[in-house]
Formats: sequence, C-alpha cells, structure tokens
Amino acid sequence: MARITLEHLRHAYGPNPKSPSDYSLKEVHHEWNDGGAYALLGPSGCGKTTLLNIISGLLQPSEGKILFDGKDVTNLSTQERNIAQVFQFPVIYDTMTVYDNLAFPLRNRRVPENEVDRRVTEILDMIGLADRAKKTARGLTADQKQKISLGRGLVRSDVSAILFDEPLTVIDPHMKWVLRSQLKRLHKQFGFTMVYVTHDQTEALTFADKVVVMYDGEIVQIGTPAELFEKPKHTFVGYFIGSPGMNVLPAKIDGSTVDLGDGSVSLGFAPKIAAGARTELGIRPEFVRLGREGMPVSITKVEDIGRQKIVRASFAGRPLAIVMHEDSDIPADPKITFDPAAINIYANSWRVGAEA
Amino acid sequence: MEKTWNNKAWFMVLPVLVLVAFSAVIPLMTVVNYSVQDTFGNNAFFWAGTDWFTDTLHSDRFWDALTRNLIFSGIILLIEIPLGIVIALNMPKKGLGVPVCLILMALPLLIPWNVVGTIWQVFGRTDIGLLGYSLTALGVNYNYVNNVFDAWVTLIIMDVWHWTSLVVLLCYAGLVSIPDAYYQAAKIDGASGWSVFRYIQLPKMKRVLLIAFLLRFMDSFMIYTEPFVVTGGGPGNSTTFLSIDLVKMAVGQFDLGPAAALSIIYFLIILLLSWIFYTVMTNSDAET
Repeated sequence: MARITLEHLRHAYGPNPKSPSDYSLKEVHHEWNDGGAYALLGPSGCGKTTLLNIISGLLQPSEGKILFDGKDVTNLSTQERNIAQVFQFPVIYDTMTVYDNLAFPLRNRRVPENEVDRRVTEILDMIGLADRAKKTARGLTADQKQKISLGRGLVRSDVSAILFDEPLTVIDPHMKWVLRSQLKRLHKQFGFTMVYVTHDQTEALTFADKVVVMYDGEIVQIGTPAELFEKPKHTFVGYFIGSPGMNVLPAKIDGSTVDLGDGSVSLGFAPKIAAGARTELGIRPEFVRLGREGMPVSITKVEDIGRQKIVRASFAGRPLAIVMHEDSDIPADPKITFDPAAINIYANSWRVGAEA
Repeated sequence: MEKTWNNKAWFMVLPVLVLVAFSAVIPLMTVVNYSVQDTFGNNAFFWAGTDWFTDTLHSDRFWDALTRNLIFSGIILLIEIPLGIVIALNMPKKGLGVPVCLILMALPLLIPWNVVGTIWQVFGRTDIGLLGYSLTALGVNYNYVNNVFDAWVTLIIMDVWHWTSLVVLLCYAGLVSIPDAYYQAAKIDGASGWSVFRYIQLPKMKRVLLIAFLLRFMDSFMIYTEPFVVTGGGPGNSTTFLSIDLVKMAVGQFDLGPAAALSIIYFLIILLLSWIFYTVMTNSDAET
C-alpha cells in the first residue's frame, strides 16, 4: 500500500510539445492517500488512461515526478513499482488453466507454492470460477475472462496500488454491480490503494471515496460525491455529474444580484469576478422549484421516469431541466424559483464562491 | 414446415465444376489411366493392373528418393520455422523500419524459382561464383558439383534464403495482431521475456505457424526447379528427389506407366503427411 504523490506531471504523446494543447495530460499536482479509493471520471479522451498508465509505469511522463510513500519511482519499471493493473478488455493467457492464470503473477515473483495456492483459491471463490479452475481459460465468456483479469489484479497481497482501467465495460449490468460491491468490500478489508478509471458516473460515485473528475487533459475537481453534486468547481463537473446535469445559464452579475434576462435572483454574497469574465449561474434541476411565483418559463416536455418527473422547459430562451416529485402538479402559468443555497456562480466556467 | 426443393441451384455451381474438372480432375484421371496400362508406340495400350505400383513400391530408386525428400523437408522445416520466428520477433513494430523490412523480406519470394536456382548455381561456382570463389580462396574445400555434402548444404542454404521470408511474414502478421494490452498485462504480472513468448506470442502465432509449416512442408517435399538447375540431381543421384526422378522417368525415359504410378503415390504421400500434420496440430489446439 502506498501514498501516491503526483508532482507537476505533464504528458504529451508527440515530441517537443509547445502550446498547452499539445499535452494530452495537462499539469497534475496532487497527493492521493494511502488506502484511498479514487475514481478517475471523465469522457473518452480526457486523459484518464494516460494518467493511469503513468502511475503504473507503462508510460513515462514528459515532465514531473511520481512518488510512492515519498520515494521517487518515476524511472522505475512497472515491476519495480509493484503495481497491479486491470485493463478494459480481458487479457488472459489462453493456453493456461484458469488456476495457472491467477497464479501467474505470483509464480513470476517466486511466491512459495503453498502461499500461491492459498491466494488463488481465495480469489477463485471471490470471482466464482472455482469449478473451472482446472480448465483452460480458452472458451470462457467475455465476462468470465474479465473476471480472471480482475482476479490477477487482486491476487497479489503486497501491491502498492491496484489500478483499474474501465474494467467492467464488457460485463453485464447485474454482474457489474456484484463485482463492484466485491471490490468495495476488498478495499475495506485490505485497505488497498485503488484507482478506478471510468466514464460512468454511477460507477465512480458508488466505488470511490474521492472522485477525480477530468476534462480535456486536466483534473477539474477532486471531491467526495456530495461535493461534486453540491459544489461543482467547473461547469463541466456540473454537467457531467447528475442526471440530468446541472442547468448552466448565462448571467449578468452586479454586486449580489444576478440578472438572467427573464428575471433576476439575489445572492447572499457578492462574488468577486474579474472584469470581462464570462459569467454563468449553475443550478441543479433538483433545486429548481416550479410554482406560481417567480420567473416565467414555458414547458416543452415532461418525462415521467417513475418516482420523478423531469420537466424540460425553456427559460430566457435557454433549455432548463427541472426535477419534480411524481405527484406534484404543473401549474397552468408556470413560474420558477431557485433554492438560494444551491446556486453556484461561474466565471469563465470556474466556480466563484462566497469565500473568494 | 414444408421445405422447398429447387434443384436448379445445381446449375449455379456448374461453371466451377467444369473449371475444376478441366484443371484438376481430368488431368488426374489421365494419370490414373496411364498408371494402370502399358503403352507402346502407335497409341497401343495394354492393361497392366497394379503392376507399376508394385514395381515402384519395390524399387530402391523410389525409396532412396523418398528418403532424400523426407530428410530435405525435415532439415528445411527445422531451420526455417525457428529462424522465421526469431526474425519475426526481432522485426520493428512501427516506424520506417517496417516497410523496409517487409520489402526486403518479400524480395526472395518474388524471384522466379528457376532464377533462384541460377543465382545459386552461379553463386556457388568455384571459378566465377562469389561464394564458391571466396570459400576456395579461404582454403575451404568446397565444390557442390562433385561433393555430396557441399551439394546438400548449397541446396539447403538456398531454400532457407528463398523461403524463410514466407515464415517470417506469416509470423509477423500473427505478432502484430496481438493487442498492446497483452504486453502491458504481462509487464504488470512480472512475466519474463521467455514467458511472454511462451504464453502470449507463441499461442497467438499458432494458427499462422500451422499454415507456414504446411506450406513449407508441401513445397519443400515437391521441390524440383531449384535442385534441377543447381545440381541436376547430382553428384550421382545424391540430390535426386522424387520430383526430379519423376521427370527423368516420364520425359527422359518415356516410361509413362511407372511415372504415372509414381505420381499417384507421390501425391498420396503428400496428402497423407499434410493430413497427419494438420490433425496433430489442430488436435493439440482443441484439447482442454
């Protein structure tokens, strides 16, 4: 287990990067706690896998250092870093039996055979393939193969960290849920430092203590699921986390008053905003109240998703989503108010708080 | 449910049947026809039954040539398959080196077989050939014309030079189809270079290796042009393979009956050995 420190990391795939856009991974400077469960969340191509491969040592960063427990490992190989990694698509050694597949990482490290047997049997039970242990891994289904990949990642007890690169993509939804819970339990039980890459917010939010949201090669926010939900640091986080995502409306800000075009709201504070910055107001659909008072909206569509209704409306010429309880009525002349505590103000897409 | 039968569909495959008949079946049947008859001038044919087959199977000439064929194919396969794998493993995977290597590898395959024979025939000559002259100058007693061992070495090196590329290209195709994730996972699992080869690369190359093995076996077992040009079957009969013997018999001596019988036996041997190799190699694959 290790505390992972990322010091001013940057990475570019091409040679001689000049402008910031040449970097697939823009500067990352963070420290991840020993035994933490982190999820790297972001859309495809945002640099999640790049960052993960840099941590595991499959990729050398163009700039910066990686420290495990304060020790510089930047120039060490994957083996020397003692990392386990599980990939998006199943990698199995198909001439070996299921048992040998799981024993492979241990035997390569000359772990005594009785210890190998103990660990492998334990993992076999966990992934539910004990009855196939002596069969070759060839001919298994995709999710069984991925369970073997997962098992090979978990079989070593002495790893610095276990990294998962979208490991559950090929697994069917029910099994996904089961495996995720097992990973979570393992994490609690053994306290591995785990880093989990995904583009699925549910996966990230349920797995991790801390979610690292990445966007366009940058870490935009690291926070608990609640922090990401309530106080997204960047409009991208607001939009990416939550379903539907946060409403982001162009706003003119004058002191503590926000002018939204078809109405205005007042804040309990006056955000400090640099002159000329593009300002926006962000409000989650859950905190928009639809009633007979407030600012006028026109409703375009109502989606009933069971216990809730999602109202798609148009406000000041912009689309706006509102989440309502199933039983609540939609008035004939709809108006909206915002829950003042849930309003976030953004200047050039970054959040400006009262404390700023 | 009633199935509709429409026998008109047979007409669709008729063109192919005709083509195959003319290109393979009819010539083969002609050979069968000759193999059971004795011919003299004036197109006079006499029924010979299985005489030619028994004669052939009892002749030392046949067994000697067959033994030479088996030894030659065995040596060729033992050299070309491992060498091809080693070269393929060491070929660059990306960059400018890839097209350069591929073209260099493909070159010997593009040369007509009799030209390959001529190249080596000249190359090995002790009076004007680069190889033969250099070896003689270095004090090596090399002469493929009258030394049996030298003749064999020359033929084997020539075949290796000519055909190893085929094995290389097939193996390389198998290797580049392995996703990067396998190598990354192997690194994570702490696998040694040998383990990567044994558990990742070799299994992934298995199918193409089977093809390479069969092609090289069949081709080397049927080898005719190159030894004919280089050694003409000599010195003595030391490099007379079945194919060369067959031509001597059919075209040189005009013994059509025995030649036809030998052709059929030759064909059946290749068919049988290929089938055995194929079955053995695919069976070991299916075992679980």
